[in-house]
Amino acid sequence: MTQMTGGTDAVSIAGVDKVFETRSGQVQALSGIDLTVAAGEFVSLIGPSGCGKSTLMRLIADLDQPSTGTVSVFGKPAKDARIAQDYGIAFQQAGLLPWRTVEENIELPLSLHGAPKAERAARVAELVSLVGLGDFADRYPDQLSGGMQQRVAIARALAEKPRLLLMDEPFGALDEMTRERMQSELVRICAETGAAVVFVTHSIPEAVFLSDRVVVMSPRPGRIQEIVTMRLAATADREEGLREQHEFFDMITAVREALHQGSPVAAVRGVETR
Amino acid sequence: MADGLSRTGQIATPGLRRRRGAPARELARWGAGALGIVVLVGIWELYKLLGPADGLVLFGNRVLPRTSDLAMPHSWDMLARLLEPVTRADGARPLWLEVAVAATLTLGIAAAGWLTGLVVGVGLALVMQRWKLAEWGLLPWIILSQTIPLIAFAPVVRSWGSRIEIGAFEWQDWMSVALIASYLAFFPIAVGALKGLQSPDTIHVELMKTYAAGWWKTLVRLRLPAAVPYLLPALRLGAANAVIGAVVAEVSTGLQGGIGRILIQYAGQASGDPSKAWGPIFGAIVLGLVAAGSIALLGAMLGRYRRVEISG
Ligand SMILES: Nc1ncnc2c1ncn2[C@@H]1O[C@H](COP(=O)(O)OP(=O)(O)OP(=O)(O)O)[C@@H](O)[C@H]1O
Ligand SMILES: [Mg+2]
Repeated sequence: MTQMTGGTDAVSIAGVDKVFETRSGQVQALSGIDLTVAAGEFVSLIGPSGCGKSTLMRLIADLDQPSTGTVSVFGKPAKDARIAQDYGIAFQQAGLLPWRTVEENIELPLSLHGAPKAERAARVAELVSLVGLGDFADRYPDQLSGGMQQRVAIARALAEKPRLLLMDEPFGALDEMTRERMQSELVRICAETGAAVVFVTHSIPEAVFLSDRVVVMSPRPGRIQEIVTMRLAATADREEGLREQHEFFDMITAVREALHQGSPVAAVRGVETR
Repeated sequence: MADGLSRTGQIATPGLRRRRGAPARELARWGAGALGIVVLVGIWELYKLLGPADGLVLFGNRVLPRTSDLAMPHSWDMLARLLEPVTRADGARPLWLEVAVAATLTLGIAAAGWLTGLVVGVGLALVMQRWKLAEWGLLPWIILSQTIPLIAFAPVVRSWGSRIEIGAFEWQDWMSVALIASYLAFFPIAVGALKGLQSPDTIHVELMKTYAAGWWKTLVRLRLPAAVPYLLPALRLGAANAVIGAVVAEVSTGLQGGIGRILIQYAGQASGDPSKAWGPIFGAIVLGLVAAGSIALLGAMLGRYRRVEISG
């Protein structure tokens, strides 16, 4: 784990604890988190429900503040990074505004930040075709399937070409087929934009397919149990075929073992972890 | 491919849920409305034909009216009366015109009251949305305000008003009526607007935060559009309240020229001319319909903000 906080790192989290004050007492959601995400790196967070993945992502997004420790994004405090619009975010639900068409939803961050009209239109057209919704540009969200809505949300997150993408289970509501297609699209999009990604998921194959590194978390209080580096082709070169190769399964096993640490998992192979 | 948004796909793909069968449904609604009127007229005339001449008296209370022409004029007589002159004096205007002129005045006053209620109601809602403390402090008073029957104090309001004189501005009697109308209109608008402004999901509010959008931008881009489905019924209720408030306040302040005034005046003449009293009653009904229709028109213009409502 790198402790270096060079200005080039997309995210660097040092000694972060998060305690929620609730009526029934304190909830320790995160404890002693140290994590660095390099620029352009794809990092997934995986772990049992309630282990603090969403909380960690919300700290990076400055939607919540850590109880102790620091979170910096591109060398700035998280708040400054949010105000400087250094990241784009996609939540588990698409969260589209129902009164705006697909185009207008994607355009929202651009128009909020006063981008010139012509530039906006060009960028929206580009994004609409990037996520394959060319035929649906003037539809309203209620006329789209869940998968299409999610793609709109991703396009919206990409609108301002952020160098960092935060995604909290963005494909959680999708069926397996759509999900795999979206994963491939995401790999392609990231290769095209060179953005760093922090990606929360519950699916081991998804984490393995997408990531450079998979951060395995343990519950109560949420800690980083292990960080598994994916020994696979560079993320930009990953294709559907990878899902059937044995390296892929090896990595799945490695992540599973990290998740089930303590409880034995059959057939331990030469797993590389750090 | 940049501009290849190929809008042609729209034709190929079906499923515009909103549009399905819209004209047929519209027609059915008008049909149902017309049928309602026919049924009402039918019951009226049937009772007049078959009901007991002296009505029905139970324990000293008349529970069903007399069927005489004095108590229940024929519906066609009421309509015919609308076309005849108001009085026998030479050059008297036909009744319908007299009613229409009065109704227009009342509508204007009610509209002024409604607009005032809108500004005050939405203003209060904005303040309460912006500062939680203001909500705690104001909302109980707003609710309490409606327990004071300002209509009962209409004459007092008028006499207060008559004392107001700021420079060239002089309080007019119609303003007292509009004030009372606005007092009745602002309440549902304030409550509905507050509920609407607070309606956006956390996910949307947080999205705006990630865009570093301040209160004003969040208001314009998120809270106001999201409030529309809550605001429209509140505006309709406010409009109905403004009309009722205006009519009643006209009566109790004794304002001349409005429909409230002729309602009382013609009712006093009912023993000699029973059909005449129905003119202003029809006028008041049309007034209510115009008010409700204006809001419906507003709703149609704001269609895109009601999509959740439509497809949900
Ligand atoms: N606003 C809050 N107030 C109190 N407790 C909270 C709050 N947000 C999260 N928690 C608690 O923090 C812990 C971590 O929650 P978090 O949502 O980050 O989990 P998660 O890993 O994202 O779970 P899942 O996989 O189910 O989404 C949970 O125990 C949760 O109850
Ligand atoms: Mg979560």
